[in-house]
Amino acid sequence: MGRGRIRPENIASDVQGAIEEEPKTESPAAAFVAGAKAIVPVLLALIPLGVAFGATAIDNGLSTIEALGMSVFVFAAAAQLAAIPLLSAGASVAIVVLTVLMVNLRLTLYSASLAPHFKRLPVGWKGLLSYLLTDQAYAATITHFDAGETEEPDKRWYYLGVALAIWVAFQAATLAGVFLGAWASGGWSLDFVLPLIFIALVIPAIKDRTTGAAALTAGVTAVFAAALPLNLGLIAAALVGVLGGLVAENVIERGRR
Amino acid sequence: MAVYRGAGVVTFALRLSFIALLGRMEIPPFLGRALRFVPAAVLTAVVIPLLFYENGTLEVSLGNERLLAGFAAALIAWRTRSVLFTLVGGMAALWTLQAIGLGP
Repeated sequence: MGRGRIRPENIASDVQGAIEEEPKTESPAAAFVAGAKAIVPVLLALIPLGVAFGATAIDNGLSTIEALGMSVFVFAAAAQLAAIPLLSAGASVAIVVLTVLMVNLRLTLYSASLAPHFKRLPVGWKGLLSYLLTDQAYAATITHFDAGETEEPDKRWYYLGVALAIWVAFQAATLAGVFLGAWASGGWSLDFVLPLIFIALVIPAIKDRTTGAAALTAGVTAVFAAALPLNLGLIAAALVGVLGGLVAENVIERGRR
Repeated sequence: MAVYRGAGVVTFALRLSFIALLGRMEIPPFLGRALRFVPAAVLTAVVIPLLFYENGTLEVSLGNERLLAGFAAALIAWRTRSVLFTLVGGMAALWTLQAIGLGP
């Protein structure tokens, strides 16, 4: 236990030390451009997610406005993709929102980790930077911030460069996917893109025996829970999987003692 | 549209949570431990029914091309860690299996 856990108080003290130093003389514009440039290779990996979402949404009967609206409102590819089978199965608003909540719970970890870096920002900035928080924006900025090369006020601009580039690329990819979905509908089994995306996302999430146990218990539960009413199967399987991971962690720790 | 707005509000709240708390609050240890398992658990929970069920019925056989192609895609994802390769390889596997038809 405790391995790899985020400790905001440690990060916070580092930031405290950094703020008292004289800020480096990088302009906001230069920091913004540096961020946008740094994220370009990641965008290439992100675009398939946006395209897949747009195409799958159209394939499942969502309108162009609904697909684009979801990308703007939610702006989280995995959660949007997870919502599609539920929407097309006619699940209730509560089930869809709860599923999106589950898929996006990890964002609170990023929020906690970035919080010390943003704690002196005005409320408006906090809101803007929070809205733009994604897996990719977090990964790209936290390594940069922890390397200690960027000081406030450049941090917010660097982050904005990273996150805004991601936002623009994702919206454009959604739009491209909408056109692709309308053009390629029928005959190509393109609905299979949806499970493929989740396979590509889940494999890197299985990092060790405990996360493996979480995936295994969730998977087995999902096979049998799929018949649950109200499309509750997904939520039930996810909860059992988290429990499975916690149990595996306890068993492994007890074995060590 | 209520569902999209609801999903958006919930997601924004999750993102804002600790940033709004001024970095003064830590994630409670138990919750932090549980959160570590959420991605593996929830992503598996999404994908498994899409592979094991065909038209609403459980289908575990060589005739289930999606299940086989899904396994192939998982292997590709494990070896390459690439979304694009997984997509292309998985679709190619599905189309191949559909063309040769292993099922009864």
